[in-house]
Amino acid sequence: MKYVIIGNSAAGIACVEGIRSVDADGEITIISDEPFAAYGRPLISYYLLGATDRHRMLYRPADFYEKNKVRALLGVRAEKIDAAAQKVVLRGGEEIPYDKLLVATGSRPFEPPMEGIGGVKNKFNFMTLQDALSLEKVLSKRKNVLIIGAGLIGLKCLEGILERVKSVSVVDMAGRILPSILDDAGAAVVRRELEGKGAKFYLSDSVAKFEGNTAHLKSGKEIPFDILVVAVGVRPNTELVKDAGGEVSRGIVTDEKQQTSLQNVYAAGDCAESFDITSGVRKVLALLPNAYRQGYTAGVNMAGGEAAFANAMPLNAIGFFGSHVLTAGTYEGESFVQAEGNVYRKFFCKDGVLKGFILVNSPERAGIYTSLVRNKTPLSEVDFKSLEGAPNLAAFPQAARERMLAREV
Amino acid sequence: MKRIYVNEKWCLGCHLCEYECAFANSGLTDMVKALKGKTIHPKIRVEDSGEVHFAVNCRHCKDAICVQSCISGALSKGEDGVVRIDQNKCVGCLTCVLVCPYGAVMPAPSGHAAMKCQLCTDNLCGEPNCVKHCPNNAIVYEER
Repeated sequence: MKYVIIGNSAAGIACVEGIRSVDADGEITIISDEPFAAYGRPLISYYLLGATDRHRMLYRPADFYEKNKVRALLGVRAEKIDAAAQKVVLRGGEEIPYDKLLVATGSRPFEPPMEGIGGVKNKFNFMTLQDALSLEKVLSKRKNVLIIGAGLIGLKCLEGILERVKSVSVVDMAGRILPSILDDAGAAVVRRELEGKGAKFYLSDSVAKFEGNTAHLKSGKEIPFDILVVAVGVRPNTELVKDAGGEVSRGIVTDEKQQTSLQNVYAAGDCAESFDITSGVRKVLALLPNAYRQGYTAGVNMAGGEAAFANAMPLNAIGFFGSHVLTAGTYEGESFVQAEGNVYRKFFCKDGVLKGFILVNSPERAGIYTSLVRNKTPLSEVDFKSLEGAPNLAAFPQAARERMLAREV
Repeated sequence: MKRIYVNEKWCLGCHLCEYECAFANSGLTDMVKALKGKTIHPKIRVEDSGEVHFAVNCRHCKDAICVQSCISGALSKGEDGVVRIDQNKCVGCLTCVLVCPYGAVMPAPSGHAAMKCQLCTDNLCGEPNCVKHCPNNAIVYEER
């Protein structure tokens, strides 16, 4: 059996592990345009922060490829899938035949059209290790940085570089930071903490135009800068599957086995859609845990085993300078808030189940909440008043606890 | 594999397992020196709720969602089935804390990593010290 995997990050590596759980011998080839052994992609900000290094940020031990008998074609771009002939065409024309193919091509930064951006010097994205290495080269205590986008990527970049430059300003069209995962009150707590560290925010604002390395905002404000980081958003890399005739919506469409509409072609990770069980909507959940579980599921199925990934949901764990923001699920229904100082907790309940939550600086045992969301546990079966105060297993019925703590799980 | 299992009705709520855990992971051989006057950070935690008491630590799940979710590759499942964390690789994002259904992975006191029970394979005890010293067999270490 010949397995080919396009993409060498979490989903691709998980696919190898899934394949090898079933098939010890099949030939596995990984193709990636990145020239590096797999690294924890979200660790690039920790790299700049000095909280990890090139060796420690390896996603798997250095002997991973050899041990799993993987041929890794790194620094090589896959240009085309010929689904009828079951082969991948590389840049340069080489053809790699497959019996089963995984597309784990991830996503790429989205850059909205902005007047004058072509004339900006020192412009970066913040998606890959190469982006971080390039950015690192120009960092210095004399430099002022402007980040466009106060989302997860923009703010992790901010954390990574804040102590290494003179100033960091962040512009976002949204009226709050981390708009996709926080509400106004939760965002205000995190914003206060970041401003305390020296970050400057320009919210409900955007760049009208650049003149050289000066940003003119819609509000009329001007921000001169030395370095620009564009972190507005990402777009899934769906073209290979689309051009081969596979079904693509917002991301590559797959079933629960991660199979695409193309025979013997699977997809996983940030290029693929998931069915979010908390909202009931198909969407791209560009999150590492999701990528891993999709990739592993694909690998098992590609190798002839049986696996389904049927409980995807939004999950975010992000922190800045020692603070922690943990969120999960969908923010629908009745909400319950507890706020005190830097701690902010909010729960969303609908139809008798916990749909989602926001925990700012209150991380302990948060997975108990996540599990309630994922399992759609009827809140009538647990002591939710007690759980609202603090996550605990005593709030569950004795029989449920026995299944958790007195049996193999 | 052998795991730690809880016999809830036998738990007295004495919290001795927490102290034995902290001692086992202190690297010291004198319990007084290891614990006296110190705030302990055990990897097993006892819950008390009225008459109900029980200890919770890592279940070493067959399909460990913490391992699958780890963004840095710091969590792994060994061939012995033990779920381990390499704190040197961990960046303390706490994704594992967010996904563990048992609340059994916790922030380490350093603030820069997570920590969890490794069944005393990572210290001098070799076998779970909490189980060894439980006065009422409320936690056991066995195959089930």
